[in-house]
Amino acid sequence: MISATAAASPATRAPLEGPRGPKPRTRFSRRNIFIYGTLGLVALYYALPLYVMIVTSLKGMPEIRLGNVFAPPVEITFEPWVKAWSTACTGLNCDGLSRGFWNSVRILIPSVVLSIAIASVNGYALANWRFRGADLFFTILIVGAFIPYQVMIYPIVIILREMGLYGSLTGLVLVHSVFGMPILTLLFRNYFTSIPEELFKAARVDGAGFWGIYFRIMLPMSLPIFVVAMILQVTGIWNDFLFGVIYTKPDLYPMTVQLNNIVNSVQGVKEYNVNMAATLLTGLVPLAIYFVSGKLFVRGIAAGAVKG
Amino acid sequence: MAANARPIRLLRNLNAKIAAVPMILTALVVFVGGSMWTVIYSFTGSKLLPKKLLKWDELFAIPVPEWIAKDGALNFDIPVGIVSRSFVGLDQYERLWASNRWIISIENLAIYGACSLVLSFVIGFVLAALLDQKIRFENTFRTIILYPFALSFIVTGLVWQWILNPEFGIQSIVRGMGFVGFTFDPLYNQDIVIYGILIAGLWQGTGLIMCLMLAGLRGIDEDIWKAARVDGIPMWKTYLFIVIPMMRPVFITTLVIIASGIVRVYDLVVAQTSGGPGISSEVPAKYVYDYMFQNQNLGQGFAASTMMLLAVAVVIIPWAYLEFGGRKRG
Repeated sequence: MISATAAASPATRAPLEGPRGPKPRTRFSRRNIFIYGTLGLVALYYALPLYVMIVTSLKGMPEIRLGNVFAPPVEITFEPWVKAWSTACTGLNCDGLSRGFWNSVRILIPSVVLSIAIASVNGYALANWRFRGADLFFTILIVGAFIPYQVMIYPIVIILREMGLYGSLTGLVLVHSVFGMPILTLLFRNYFTSIPEELFKAARVDGAGFWGIYFRIMLPMSLPIFVVAMILQVTGIWNDFLFGVIYTKPDLYPMTVQLNNIVNSVQGVKEYNVNMAATLLTGLVPLAIYFVSGKLFVRGIAAGAVKG
Repeated sequence: MAANARPIRLLRNLNAKIAAVPMILTALVVFVGGSMWTVIYSFTGSKLLPKKLLKWDELFAIPVPEWIAKDGALNFDIPVGIVSRSFVGLDQYERLWASNRWIISIENLAIYGACSLVLSFVIGFVLAALLDQKIRFENTFRTIILYPFALSFIVTGLVWQWILNPEFGIQSIVRGMGFVGFTFDPLYNQDIVIYGILIAGLWQGTGLIMCLMLAGLRGIDEDIWKAARVDGIPMWKTYLFIVIPMMRPVFITTLVIIASGIVRVYDLVVAQTSGGPGISSEVPAKYVYDYMFQNQNLGQGFAASTMMLLAVAVVIIPWAYLEFGGRKRG
């Protein structure tokens, strides 16, 4: 089996393995047909919804009523996209998804910056400047990440209300920073622990302090992990629905909430093409990040799984 | 803090402690404090004042439109909610377990959870094993299978709502091919609606499981495979009796991730069915939200969320004990 697989792929992984063993089987062995066939079908299944979204969003309503969801558009129209972006209605507002998009941007940028700043400094403190009790708090933080959000929703409503931040974007930014903390702190702590300690000690000998080492040594050395953290946070915060719907007012709703209100609104005729264009628009940001970042994205989600 | 007694030590670590203040606040105030607060107040008769609706009328001089009552846009009036200190014992829990909607929520979660757990593991592992055969285009396949994970549950739910639409989606296509009697309308059928949600949930989540499993498979020594081959053990047997037992740590991590995700399932249901038809696809997380923010019944929401906490604790505490307790000894 193994020799057959080695023959099927150019020797990228194991350069040491020369042309030994039995004569390589043809590329169309039963085994290969099975593997590629299965994976091909699976890939088709996974890709289908994206295809359906794109196709539906480019059709006119009459065409949708006649055809089926998988048929490619006969007449391509971008009108649904324009409508979804600028005139689709959520109840009283009829200014489309653009409002939600900009709200999401206004939530996203400070949340990502703040949560990464807090978590990276915190992870650095945990990795290199341990103090008594640090591990206890860290353990609480990690275990706390598994508590269902529903348990903490209302106390946070009260805290934000007392701070005068309930219903504001600032409040939501704080919430995102708090709930992003466990995974990000874990990520940074593990990364900083893997940096050789000699480096840290040498900097200490040279007289660098807590912030000096952080900004001059740790930060420049750990750009990849910052990118991973950023990918993690951007997709996570962009895709959030629960916090957005609870901690903001209707005119500050993030894109996901607005999308749901547009598509699932009970009034009016259902315009499936506009709905799909809106859905695709909302998915565009994380999709773009996913397809551009590739391996780093995988690393980010794997980091969430690898325990400290 | 213990360092208080020795000011010099306190000073030396001061920066680190300042850096850790957000973590300490989050851990103690939000995670521990918040959870305890909710558990304690689940024994009270906390309610929101009906003032909410009055306030809307005062502001806009029109009755609350249906869409607002539906999507919870009245949230901003929540500050009038009162948290009661009146202790009512287990009343909230009795009412919770007497509620038909809660029972349905629990049943749905159980079905969704069990299917999602088993199928995620099986599909994730099989896909990972297929990708691990040193094939070409591995990256392409992985990219396609994982991309749904980048999408939100809202987007996922809405797409599948569309694909499963009986008028235009799969059902109409199969009927169009000549099978006129074919019925496949999970989102409109009370009995199978939760499986319609399951389809979407699996589509979104299996890519992640596959990636975790693939990382686990790659962590297994190549020599094991060679040894198994020399001994003439068939491939499926090697997987079943050698590789899978070796991947136990990966399985446990995956289990914890899937399980904690299942309990939280909320957005997907909201987007795909809004709990319908009727209340047949309700889930606990939605029960909590609806009671807290729409039915003005905070106490019920607290009690339901406490039950969710309990369910998670049953999974997490043994895991944390094995994980963290085990390491201290080792």
